[in-house]
Amino acid sequence: MTRIDAKFAALRAEGKKGFVAYMMAGDPDMATSLAIMQGMPGAGVDVIELGMPFTDPMADGPTIQLAGQRALEGGQTLQMTLDMVAAFRATDTTTPIVLMGYYNPIYSRGVDRFLADAKAAGIDGLIVVDLPPEEDDELCLPAQAAGLNFIRLATPTTDAKRLPTVLQNTSGFVYYVSITGITGAAAAEAAHVAPEVARIKAATDLPVIVGFGIRTPDNARDIAGIADGCVVGSAIVAEIAAGKSVDQVLAFVKGLADGAHSA
Amino acid sequence: MAEDGINSFMTGPDDKGRFGQFGGRFVSETLMPLILELEERYEHAKTDPTFWAEMDWLWQHYVGRPSPLYYAERLTEALGGAKIYLKRDELNHTGAHKINNVLGQIILARRMGKTRIIAETGAGQHGVATATVCAKFGLQCVVYMGAHDVERQAPNVFRMKLLGATVVPVTSGRGTLKDAMNDALRDWVTNVRDTFYCIGTVAGPHPYPAMVRDFQSIIGKEVRWQLAEQEGAGRLPDTLIAAIGGGSNAMGLFYPFLDDPTVNIIGVEAGGRGVDDRMEHCASLTGGRPGVLHGNRTYLLQDDDGQILEGYSISAGLDYPGIGPEHAWLHDIGRAQYVSITDKEALEAFQLSCKLEGIIPALEPAHALAHVMKIAPTLPREHIIVMNMCGRGDKDIVTVAKHLGFDMKV
Repeated sequence: MTRIDAKFAALRAEGKKGFVAYMMAGDPDMATSLAIMQGMPGAGVDVIELGMPFTDPMADGPTIQLAGQRALEGGQTLQMTLDMVAAFRATDTTTPIVLMGYYNPIYSRGVDRFLADAKAAGIDGLIVVDLPPEEDDELCLPAQAAGLNFIRLATPTTDAKRLPTVLQNTSGFVYYVSITGITGAAAAEAAHVAPEVARIKAATDLPVIVGFGIRTPDNARDIAGIADGCVVGSAIVAEIAAGKSVDQVLAFVKGLADGAHSA
Repeated sequence: MAEDGINSFMTGPDDKGRFGQFGGRFVSETLMPLILELEERYEHAKTDPTFWAEMDWLWQHYVGRPSPLYYAERLTEALGGAKIYLKRDELNHTGAHKINNVLGQIILARRMGKTRIIAETGAGQHGVATATVCAKFGLQCVVYMGAHDVERQAPNVFRMKLLGATVVPVTSGRGTLKDAMNDALRDWVTNVRDTFYCIGTVAGPHPYPAMVRDFQSIIGKEVRWQLAEQEGAGRLPDTLIAAIGGGSNAMGLFYPFLDDPTVNIIGVEAGGRGVDDRMEHCASLTGGRPGVLHGNRTYLLQDDDGQILEGYSISAGLDYPGIGPEHAWLHDIGRAQYVSITDKEALEAFQLSCKLEGIIPALEPAHALAHVMKIAPTLPREHIIVMNMCGRGDKDIVTVAKHLGFDMKV
């Protein structure tokens, strides 16, 4: 059982929804982003989704693209992202951490080496956007064998015929992408998302967490209410981009977490 | 290279879209059902005689195929060695080989009921070809083009606008072809129901590399019968040479000859300011290593941490940090050889073609010609080189004038 499994089991036992917060490692710099990360559990974040910067984030909108660029310009490397997780683990041994990003930096490091280092740093799961089930041999299966969750995205284009393929070899939770589009784009409407979540929940016992297009505490509450929880990314990254202090960013995150937890 | 296909180089990709370890389907889940549907529809179209009948008619009456295979006599004499033929794909409608592939994809898009076409473009040739065919069929067309390329290829931007396309300048990254492809993928993931992504080269997720290759293979198929017509039945080229950015014109020329062991195959990458540690080039095979980008595994220009580097070339059409996965495979198994040519060498070849043959080449095939200039003098007179003159140079006049110190007052 990973920290992710334990966290969702505990939430389920309490009858609570989960709140997942995304941030980009190294944005605007390593020290600030580590401080934000360390403050997240206290702000009510149940799972931290830590972005790995990549030069060509094809599924991301401008907000997260620019966050990645800032991090890379600040010299962020995959090693520094792993070091950041290890530093976080020095004071927090329970909050699940999911690394989210694209395959090439992992492939470049070497899958076996990456998995060993990620496990040692205290990472619990991976979301790798450009690895669909058709490419499971690349990283998904080796990651599960190494004891890491491999969290898959399901989308509005994942039809009934394809859903079993997506759910197979998925672990931790299912991340439902509420819209067809990139991160930070259109707002998700709970009424449209609810039947889709129900469809996925009928096919799996894993928690279903909804992301993309959630910006406000009200959005977070509405979406979490029709699923097992929600993810907010671009809205948090935008606060960091606006130059807000660590405390201000965490206050914003707490508002979202409270919204999700009130569902 | 037996006819039974067991030892053939022409059977790829496999059912996972791989050429050896290269290729594949590295896309987000949102796009996965779309590319699976595309694969299914393309596999069906491929064996549908009505599909190819429509292609053949348009190739002949709209594009002007077959393009001539032209014996470049003065060039041959001047270089004093191998006999040089130019495959004149620059004479196609819209001035490059790109339209061969666009026609195929747009006919397929129409059969799939798609009403909106998106494309990425570097030099603008693929964008112009896409805008052209969309105008012909009354389809909405959106072309993503790096802001830097919009600037250096202004004539093609205006052409696309005249043809009714919307040109979106892309400012992310360094604003070149790679960034345009990212934004086209972002558009596709947002507009999944009505939109067809018309990729301009033999890259991207399966089935694009195979599909684009199949459409461009008309180039090599024509060379085969045209050379036999001019040099005698059964006479094959001894060497094929083509420029490579993503590699679609090269794949189109090479593919029909992969199983002819006497045919020597050479791809020419953009060496920019030289293939060295400064990475001011676009020679993915000679200066890169395997990685995953834009839906496929292939050789990429990247740093030690797997971040993609911006290539550099005088030619916007070659300015891409990757290369089609089938080229990566042909390189690794040694069936084709890949070399690089610098900006300076390409500019010299550009001028030689103008002076000796009255052909103003695009900067892309000027790279191929520069390699012809290197090897032709070392080869015997009976050695036949076929080089793909894949585009005409009108679009590059301003760039070349600048490099040659000629003030065009524009």
